[in-house]
Amino acid sequence: MLLILEQLLNGLQLGITLFLMSAGLTLVFGIMQVINLAHGSFYMIGAYVGATVAGHTGSFPLAVGAGVAAAMVTGCLVEFLVLRHLYAREHLDQVLATFGLIMFFNELTRVIWGRQPLFVEVPGPLARSIELLPGLPYPAYRLAVIAVGLLVAAGLWFIFARTRLGMQIRAGAVNREMIGALGVNIKLLYTLVFGLGAMLAGLAGIMAGPILAVESGMGESILILTFVVIVIGGIGSIRGAVAGALLVGMVDTLGRAFLPTILKLFLAASTADGVAASLSSMAIYILMAIVLVVKPRGLFPAHA
Amino acid sequence: MPSRKHLTLGGGLFLLLLLPPAATLAGEPYLISLASRMLIYGLAAASLDLLLGYGAMISLGHAAFVGVGAYVVGICHFHNFESQPLFAWPFLLPGSENGLVVLPAAVLVAALAAFVIGALSLRTTGMHFIMITLAFAQMLFYFFVSLEKYGGDDGLTMYARTKLPGLDLGDKTQFYYLCLAALVLFLFLAARLVHSRFGLIIRGAGNNDRRIRGLGVASSRYKLVTFVIAGGTAGLAGALLANQTEYVSPGLMHWTLSGELMVMVLLGGLGTLYGPVLGAVVFLLLEETLAMYTEHWMLYMGPFLVVSVIFFKNGLLGLLTGRKARDD
Repeated sequence: MLLILEQLLNGLQLGITLFLMSAGLTLVFGIMQVINLAHGSFYMIGAYVGATVAGHTGSFPLAVGAGVAAAMVTGCLVEFLVLRHLYAREHLDQVLATFGLIMFFNELTRVIWGRQPLFVEVPGPLARSIELLPGLPYPAYRLAVIAVGLLVAAGLWFIFARTRLGMQIRAGAVNREMIGALGVNIKLLYTLVFGLGAMLAGLAGIMAGPILAVESGMGESILILTFVVIVIGGIGSIRGAVAGALLVGMVDTLGRAFLPTILKLFLAASTADGVAASLSSMAIYILMAIVLVVKPRGLFPAHA
Repeated sequence: MPSRKHLTLGGGLFLLLLLPPAATLAGEPYLISLASRMLIYGLAAASLDLLLGYGAMISLGHAAFVGVGAYVVGICHFHNFESQPLFAWPFLLPGSENGLVVLPAAVLVAALAAFVIGALSLRTTGMHFIMITLAFAQMLFYFFVSLEKYGGDDGLTMYARTKLPGLDLGDKTQFYYLCLAALVLFLFLAARLVHSRFGLIIRGAGNNDRRIRGLGVASSRYKLVTFVIAGGTAGLAGALLANQTEYVSPGLMHWTLSGELMVMVLLGGLGTLYGPVLGAVVFLLLEETLAMYTEHWMLYMGPFLVVSVIFFKNGLLGLLTGRKARDD
């Protein structure tokens, strides 16, 4: 029982990272109708800059600030220099250009930081476990990640649901021509949304630093999971991003944790391990396939 | 008077036919293996062009089918080498190194994978389609990583090349001509296909799917068939690639390879079939030469891509054959 609780928390933590990634990206897709493969690069840049600043100054809050800022600046530069020229073009062009950007950023981090992965120390006060229930210790850092993620989600909800800017963004996701015609500066809105998305991705990257290794190409594994989240949730929908991220986080974590045990009830131990390894690595994609069959536009389509 | 396009194509084929004796004479037999690799990537890129250039199906998971084809060959060889049946139930199936068995098997299994993935992915269009094909390719990638029996992450080494009656695939020149034959055959059939009624529907659906459906044509079936053809061809390319490198690994289905195939198509000329072959040649040449000067060749390739996407749209074949290479 305690083990299940622990894994649920792990799933929640992965889900929150995915939410930070997909919240920005789903809006970029929904509002700008532009496919951006380089979103994972913002995550990576946030992680690298954060890790470097943390290593030099020893201050994690400073690292968070620097990483978020670096990701946002990179995001705005990418929007201004490359994507702005591609809004009116076909998706194929956007895919290729952003694929080129990924190549560039991955290689750039190799040039600057080398091929060896960086490791980030868990910040001092959080480098311990908290006993949530008797017999259930849980790393304080992961709890902090969950807390920060929930705070950001609440903040986003406030912006989207309660402010004028949020209203414009939501309207843009549903019908961008109309909102332009109503006199909203859609160019500014694009840059804002893009910068915001890059910022969230950078934050996710820094927070992942102490949990995962910081290495070149780390952005793409999370990017593809983010795509799965967006496909499940529906393009342009924040609600969808929340639901998709939690679903994917839970299914992935719980599948890896419990499938071997469950399959051992039916199969011989050696086969069960093999099958469980295959199945759990494919679980989220199977989930995506099922959602696609039932609701091809995702669970909460923005254009419904 | 033959057109500029026919001159380019004829000249290209002539050069390709002459390459092995020329390379041997020049004392650079290494070039023959490099050229075989270019032809194989050209085959995979041309098959992707059927999707991208004609059906406007932007698949970012084409490498998955290359990988599946390669794995079929690798696994059949593995079981043959270990004298262990592939499976014993419902009927006994031994491994094989016979090209008349493993090459068609590679095509069929890759086509089957393309059928399943295509049937699901084609329920959607546009951005969804891109993300979903990428995701399914990643699923296959992880699936093969998790197959400990076949080397998992490290992949499988093949101890012998596939055997074909009358041919020795271990011989560089013979292998090169096999790849060339496969490529020419595919280009010929594909060119017939895109100019047939079937091709007309595919191109129409690529331009305006709603209108084609409005004309009473169930375009989704045509798209699925195209997806399966492209997937099967990619599988053949994978089977050849496995023989060329004598090694199979999940890296073959990594999404960066899908991206590179896409780059080859666009570099050569979208919707031209022949262009992507040229694109593959140029891409691999660029990679080889840049890699000679710097290990960080991607640092230059990346911006080059961005700039070429933003500034020139007709591809290299467009430069060679006149402004508009796309044959529609």
